Amino acid sequence: MFERAVFWLFRLATYFILAAATYIFLDIGIKGGRTVFTSTAPFINVPFLTEPPQTLYVFDFEGKKMTLSDREFRRWKTEHPGTEVEATSIAYSAGGIWPCIVGTALLVIGSMVLALGIGISSAIYLSEYSRNGPLIRLVRIAILNLAGVPSIVFGLFGFGLFVIFFGWNVSLIAGWFTLGLMVLPAIITASEESLRAVPQGLREGSLALGASKWQTIRKNVLPYALPGILTSSILGIARVAGETAPIMFTAAYAMKDEMPWQVQRFTDFFFQGVMALPYHIYVVSSKIPQNEYTERVQYGGAFVFLFLVMLIALTSIVLRERSRSRLSW
Amino acid sequence: MVTVLEMPETISPITVNQPAPAPNPEAERDIIEIDSVDFAYGANKVLHDIILNVPPRAVTALIGPSGCGKTTLLRCLNRMNDLIDGAGITRGSIKIEGIDINAPDVDVVDLRRRVGMVFQKSNPFPKSIYDNVAYGLRIAGITKRSLIDEAVEKSLRSAALWDEVKNRLHVSGYGLSGGQQQRLCIARALAVEPEIILMDEPCSALDPIATAKVEELIRQLKQQYTIVIVTHNMQQAGRCSDHTAFFYLGHLIEFDRTAKIFSNPAQRQTEEYITGRFG
Repeated sequence: MFERAVFWLFRLATYFILAAATYIFLDIGIKGGRTVFTSTAPFINVPFLTEPPQTLYVFDFEGKKMTLSDREFRRWKTEHPGTEVEATSIAYSAGGIWPCIVGTALLVIGSMVLALGIGISSAIYLSEYSRNGPLIRLVRIAILNLAGVPSIVFGLFGFGLFVIFFGWNVSLIAGWFTLGLMVLPAIITASEESLRAVPQGLREGSLALGASKWQTIRKNVLPYALPGILTSSILGIARVAGETAPIMFTAAYAMKDEMPWQVQRFTDFFFQGVMALPYHIYVVSSKIPQNEYTERVQYGGAFVFLFLVMLIALTSIVLRERSRSRLSW
Repeated sequence: MVTVLEMPETISPITVNQPAPAPNPEAERDIIEIDSVDFAYGANKVLHDIILNVPPRAVTALIGPSGCGKTTLLRCLNRMNDLIDGAGITRGSIKIEGIDINAPDVDVVDLRRRVGMVFQKSNPFPKSIYDNVAYGLRIAGITKRSLIDEAVEKSLRSAALWDEVKNRLHVSGYGLSGGQQQRLCIARALAVEPEIILMDEPCSALDPIATAKVEELIRQLKQQYTIVIVTHNMQQAGRCSDHTAFFYLGHLIEFDRTAKIFSNPAQRQTEEYITGRFG
């Protein structure tokens, strides 16, 4: 009897996670689906994905409730000259999230390039060159500690160092370095594991043929470790794309009219702030007065965001399965 | 240049080798001279005062029970032990062709090109058969396709593998059987044209037929190369070596012609080991 009770307790605990996941996905799926999908062809709300956010204007006109975006509202006013209306404006709740998708993509690409460059290099050093000593133990402790630092602390650190001290202001490059530092421990650990998984026999075989150490690593170790490194890194991408705290002081703008490529000089590109999906969701959920009109962008944004992150995770799984079947020893 | 012999249809039972040719006055100098070498892993001393001279173009077998240091000694000859932290020769010297291989100005990459190695566990690279054999050449900076093609064919023929793989040079080396993989590793070592080939129990993971093929190969290769082979298999040492060194607990107990070691060893320990009374 007691056995059965315990068994059921454990079973319910397990189902709890399923219930929670189902609720979250359904809630965002249903509410966000209303924004992202349409009932007429092409069934996807293209303007939501391709337009920048706009202010929403709500007002009564001839007994009808009008909800118009900024642009539509101005056109409406020119069509109805002399009409005075009491319009409520709600920020960011019309239009789409295109600049946020672009900004997040730019942040991810830059920070991953940075993190992979530094991470793979240091993993090669740790696994292939370094000899175990006090300094290397210190490095490993540093990596472990870095992995445990809360993301808001990375945000503050990036703000203090890159934004203020280096004078980069709120910019892509400050965001890249902050996010890159944040995923670095995960990339180093994953890369080191992938490198260690390459059998020692391959290294010895190569060295015995008169290859130098670097030739051995480049031709006969790294190529076999790379698939593993890249798949683990894709999970890092999901993390970089998802974090709000590190970018809120360093790279994210609540609103920006120009797209990132609309810059005067090439170098301005790196020193501009961008909009980003997680930060946009944060802004529309907490920085503007809530009412029935704000839900559209909140859940629509969350839906797109969730979809993108799941797509990245799926890619990682497919890549891993593929590389596993191709390389075996 | 050695012409490659065809594999015999059946492997004839081979007894103890004929004694190596008697040294003549113009005999070449020993190619490897190991002089009073001590070797230690950290504080753990595993080789004691090894003195051993290996003659050129002959097969020298290192035998002895597990842990006696024979593999360690073998790996000293191409400085493979450099890879192990804290391990090293603590006394004595090893000379190859009269040059101390542990001297500071010796290029270890060049040494390893001259002293090839075949490992206990066959370790083909996860590449095609062709790329496996071509690896050493490409590493050495050879890019001319025709040169590589030629060397690959020659090496595979020398390793008695050509006929079995000539139609599938571009499939993965992992598709080969265990014995073929080991011969592929030998071909790979031959491709860079070493002078000495070290073999670390090359047949320990192979079945008797594959073993016989590799042994036949070893007998052919010694016409051109100096071979040092570590083996656990007494019959193998008897079948394919000219000289045999018996190690026990890090000491070289006896070194002589194989025929002498197997018929009339000078030391009681050697006799007990080869007759199977211990080890």
